[in-house]
Amino acid sequence: MAEAHPVGFQWVMEAKRRGATVIHVDPRFTRTSAVADLHVPIRAGTDIAFLGGLIRYVLENDLWFDEYVRAYTNAPMIVREDFRDTEDLDGLFSGYDPETGSYDVHTWQYADADVEASAGFRDEQRAMAQEHERGEIAGSGGAPFTGTPTRDDTLEHPRCVFQLLRRHYARYTPEMVQQVCGIEPDTFLRVARALTDNSNRERTSAFCYAVGWTHHTVGVQYIRAASVLQGLLGNIGRPGGGILALRGHASIQGSTDIPTLYDLLPGYIPMPHAHREQDLASFVVNNAGEKGYWGHMDTYLVSLLKAWFGDAATRGNDFCFDHLPRLDGDHSSFPTVMAQARGEVPGYFVIGENPAVGTANSRQQRRGLANLEWLVVRDLNMIETATFWQDGPEIATGEMVTEDIGTEVFFLPAANHTEKDGTFTNTQRLLQWHHKAVEPPGDCRSDLWFYYELGKRLKARVASSTDPRDRPLQDLTWDYPVEVGPTGIAEPSADAVLREINGRHADGTPLSSYTEMRADGSTSGGCWIYTGVYADGVNQSARRRPGREQDLLAHEWGWAWPANRRVLYNRASADPDGKPWSERKKLVWWDGERWTGDDVPDFPATTAPGHVPESQTAGAASIAGNEPFVMQGDGRAWLYAPAGLLDGPMPAHYEPQESPVPNALYPAQGANPARQQFPSPENTYNPSGEHFPYVFTTFRVTEHHTAGGMSRWTPRLNELFPEMFLEVSPELAAERGLRNNDWGHVVTARSAIEGRIVVTDRATPLRVGDGNGGTRVIHQIGVPWHWGPNGLSTGDAANELLSVALDPNVHIMETKAATCDIRPGRRPRGPALVRYLADRRRAAGLEE
Amino acid sequence: MGSLSGPLDDPTRDAGYPADHPGRVGFFTDTSVCIGCKACEVACKEWNALPADGVSDRGAGGDVLGMAGMGYDNTGGLGGSTYRHVAFVEQRVPASRSAPTDLGMPSMDLPGATQSGEHRADATEVRWLMSSDVCKHCTHAACLDVCPTGSLIRTEHGTVLVQSDICNGCGYCIPACPYGVIDQRPGDGRAFKCTMCQDRLGAGMAPACATACPTESIRFGPLDELRAEADARLATLQSHGVTGARLYGRDPDDGVGGDGAFFLLLDEPEVYGLPPDPVVTTRDLPSMWRHAAAAALAVAATVGAAFVGVRR
Repeated sequence: MAEAHPVGFQWVMEAKRRGATVIHVDPRFTRTSAVADLHVPIRAGTDIAFLGGLIRYVLENDLWFDEYVRAYTNAPMIVREDFRDTEDLDGLFSGYDPETGSYDVHTWQYADADVEASAGFRDEQRAMAQEHERGEIAGSGGAPFTGTPTRDDTLEHPRCVFQLLRRHYARYTPEMVQQVCGIEPDTFLRVARALTDNSNRERTSAFCYAVGWTHHTVGVQYIRAASVLQGLLGNIGRPGGGILALRGHASIQGSTDIPTLYDLLPGYIPMPHAHREQDLASFVVNNAGEKGYWGHMDTYLVSLLKAWFGDAATRGNDFCFDHLPRLDGDHSSFPTVMAQARGEVPGYFVIGENPAVGTANSRQQRRGLANLEWLVVRDLNMIETATFWQDGPEIATGEMVTEDIGTEVFFLPAANHTEKDGTFTNTQRLLQWHHKAVEPPGDCRSDLWFYYELGKRLKARVASSTDPRDRPLQDLTWDYPVEVGPTGIAEPSADAVLREINGRHADGTPLSSYTEMRADGSTSGGCWIYTGVYADGVNQSARRRPGREQDLLAHEWGWAWPANRRVLYNRASADPDGKPWSERKKLVWWDGERWTGDDVPDFPATTAPGHVPESQTAGAASIAGNEPFVMQGDGRAWLYAPAGLLDGPMPAHYEPQESPVPNALYPAQGANPARQQFPSPENTYNPSGEHFPYVFTTFRVTEHHTAGGMSRWTPRLNELFPEMFLEVSPELAAERGLRNNDWGHVVTARSAIEGRIVVTDRATPLRVGDGNGGTRVIHQIGVPWHWGPNGLSTGDAANELLSVALDPNVHIMETKAATCDIRPGRRPRGPALVRYLADRRRAAGLEE
Repeated sequence: MGSLSGPLDDPTRDAGYPADHPGRVGFFTDTSVCIGCKACEVACKEWNALPADGVSDRGAGGDVLGMAGMGYDNTGGLGGSTYRHVAFVEQRVPASRSAPTDLGMPSMDLPGATQSGEHRADATEVRWLMSSDVCKHCTHAACLDVCPTGSLIRTEHGTVLVQSDICNGCGYCIPACPYGVIDQRPGDGRAFKCTMCQDRLGAGMAPACATACPTESIRFGPLDELRAEADARLATLQSHGVTGARLYGRDPDDGVGGDGAFFLLLDEPEVYGLPPDPVVTTRDLPSMWRHAAAAALAVAATVGAAFVGVRR
């Protein structure tokens, strides 16, 4: 966190100054480790074994927050009789189909309740797709839910969630953690004690993570494991608690809220599928929850359609619901690029990304780029994605010839964040407005300018068309005011866009809350969860009252969705009767008439603690007074996910796609059985064994930014970290003959990359179980991913090394744990590199 | 010109400013909260428009831009175009945690398992110290004392400043600095060092490095307040068992009369590349002049005596 989020890390240092214990669990010893109270080196890709060990420690030592767990989590819920755990099925949950490599998730549900869809769709294939879609909804809430599950509040029923958890994690002992993760039991116990000593009525603990947790074939389950632990410890919805996702860029949270994802509409409303939801009403019935705030999805969706299609959207035409695109398959990033390579995708916009070096198996990415008709790259600098056809690695090896590449490349220079107005949405859901400081130079333009101008031109082209397929473009509202700057650039007003996102009443006055949205077409709003950011006609995200002039929560700094609430599910900071669990950790409470406190209550303001709803199907009105998790169908934190996930209701340790050791917990399984794999000649997976004996993990340094598009052209950053490097321990250096600051190269089945060797005591070899009752040493190599061939500071790209294997829930690639070999000296160049890699693959038995 | 060594309450007044001059300001760099982000280095170079070493806007130019071979420190030290430098010190120190417990696991530590590439069995752990170094703005600044052109001056804020428009590049100041801070810029010839952002101070702003520091490791303010803050921070750390913590350059009785930029360190100064007992190099100047004068007088007397003898 100190490396990649140094500005946010100031608050960790502030907490430390006030006495907090900071523990850093990471395969590498980083700048974060340097200031932590304890650094715990871990074998990359084994965090679920570690977190599962902590869950077991809590359960076996009676350390859970008992009142919280009974009242606010689904620990008492009873699961279906036909559910089978990994303990029963050799590492698989019930419902696994080896043919498709996926799960039928029905047996994971609660007994006597239906947590999946309504009963309308019985076609198996559709049901699976629907489950997948519902997994996405959980990005903002829980899976939709009907019925009343059976509970055992004594937590003794053998099929209640609490007992299932206990059984599932029984073998995650400190000794098992040592075998799998390479963490000594005394170190593990130090962590366990620190965590549990600081999790109770008087104290809370928080987990912070970044892509080190998500970039795995079991990435979603890593976060679930932390959720289970925090639920058991009562650390959700309380000040100082939580699970904090540190996003990878300045506004990645914003680009999930108002998504750049193919299968979501703004505010985590799913994108409709072809041939399923035929009209608005059936879409809403199939996707909205009956209970909780998802019960009002119709108001959010109709307001969105009104924002997009304006007066053209009427009740008579389903508010233009048919104008929305329909999904007909998996159009996520990697399948799209593979389709490009097959020549099935004509055009591609690349905005603010650099896939030619920034995406796993970047050779595969370039193969896709080379098979397009046209490619638009908008960036600050002439990045590799714009020049692959001219001087990319395949040109050097002779595998591609410039003259043979038909892709027409348009490079459009972009304005950077200091050259345009707009918001960043950070990891805390906080929207912060930034004002333009300087005019963009030359032909550089903001993304807003680009899309607005592109839209105007497209609309002009279809203005007189009578083709029905052009109706969505014709009906689209596209009338933003422009502001002409001192250099004559007519920039669309970002402020006007934010107003549109916030939403309006029919008379044009701004909405102040999404609860004001209506399904009758009388309100509009571009993203329901952002409603309120322009409440009272004021840009709330531009507020900058300093923290020292406010209380700890600083509600007048920027604006957080939803409703400027700073801690989600904060009803859980009070006990079931509405009294704070402790004076020290009070946040919101029931004052006898309404919810009040230091934060905006995340609960219906006048629903009393003792309220029992009459109906289970009335949206927010059906929330009981003691159910803090208002976005969940059952109002509870899920220690067990009865729906919404595709690879298991409870996190289980699976090895990475490429691992040097067998799975010690489930020997019959290696990696996540439900992961997505794409075996092909250019995406071969390393076998385990002597040919790729080491583990590598990719990482960032403070001095550079992601794939380097912003930092490799910045002299004052480049002098601080001028070259690609490879971080190894003295022990590995001795084993492979590597010398500090000399060249070395890392090899996988995909590629070989070189860098300067950094030999450091910070890198620690770990001793883990070898799967045969013995132990072995695992060396881990640190590979930063900032470099590429262009810019002032150049070097090989780490993503050349990686294969594509994905988490099944969110299609994220595994970049944080893979196997490799490392050798002294530079890698072969030109055609010799192709021969070298073929030799290595042959030796490993991957090629004839 | 004022005094050359010893305790001195007000170097600004000593330099001839009127009594109502602004108070003395300085830096207190608390290395115990430094995260090594180098924001200070970048902010300093940006504000002061200093060139990036080894990089031009046109490209790195072959092997000009390279790793220093010192891990995360590719700056190396302070210099003519580097006024802030974050040192990274990797150490192996005795493990603070209790000795590993033998759980009797038969699979661990098999006889003969130890070989090349073995994990570490010694009870040490890694410590990575980070510290942002800067010109110390000494109470008695030898660079200033030796400057023949008057380019180096004491400012109204009590800091030490090179006026580059007057500097003639003679380089006398460079060996005079007991810390090795001030240096000539290659290709320019004149001497440069931290100005404490004199242009910002005049506008009532804090220096760029202190403004950019995310963890308040670099603190800027009135020197007397910083000293009190530092004393309190040291006491807190020591009460938490951080026995290696110490202040460096805070003491007005030290060899340079105390630093205007002082530090809280977690180990011996040498570990960070700082001299353990710096002395203003002009401390002995008065006695040298006295000795020289005495010698001259003696010579004159002897010569005079000789002539007296001749007359006889």
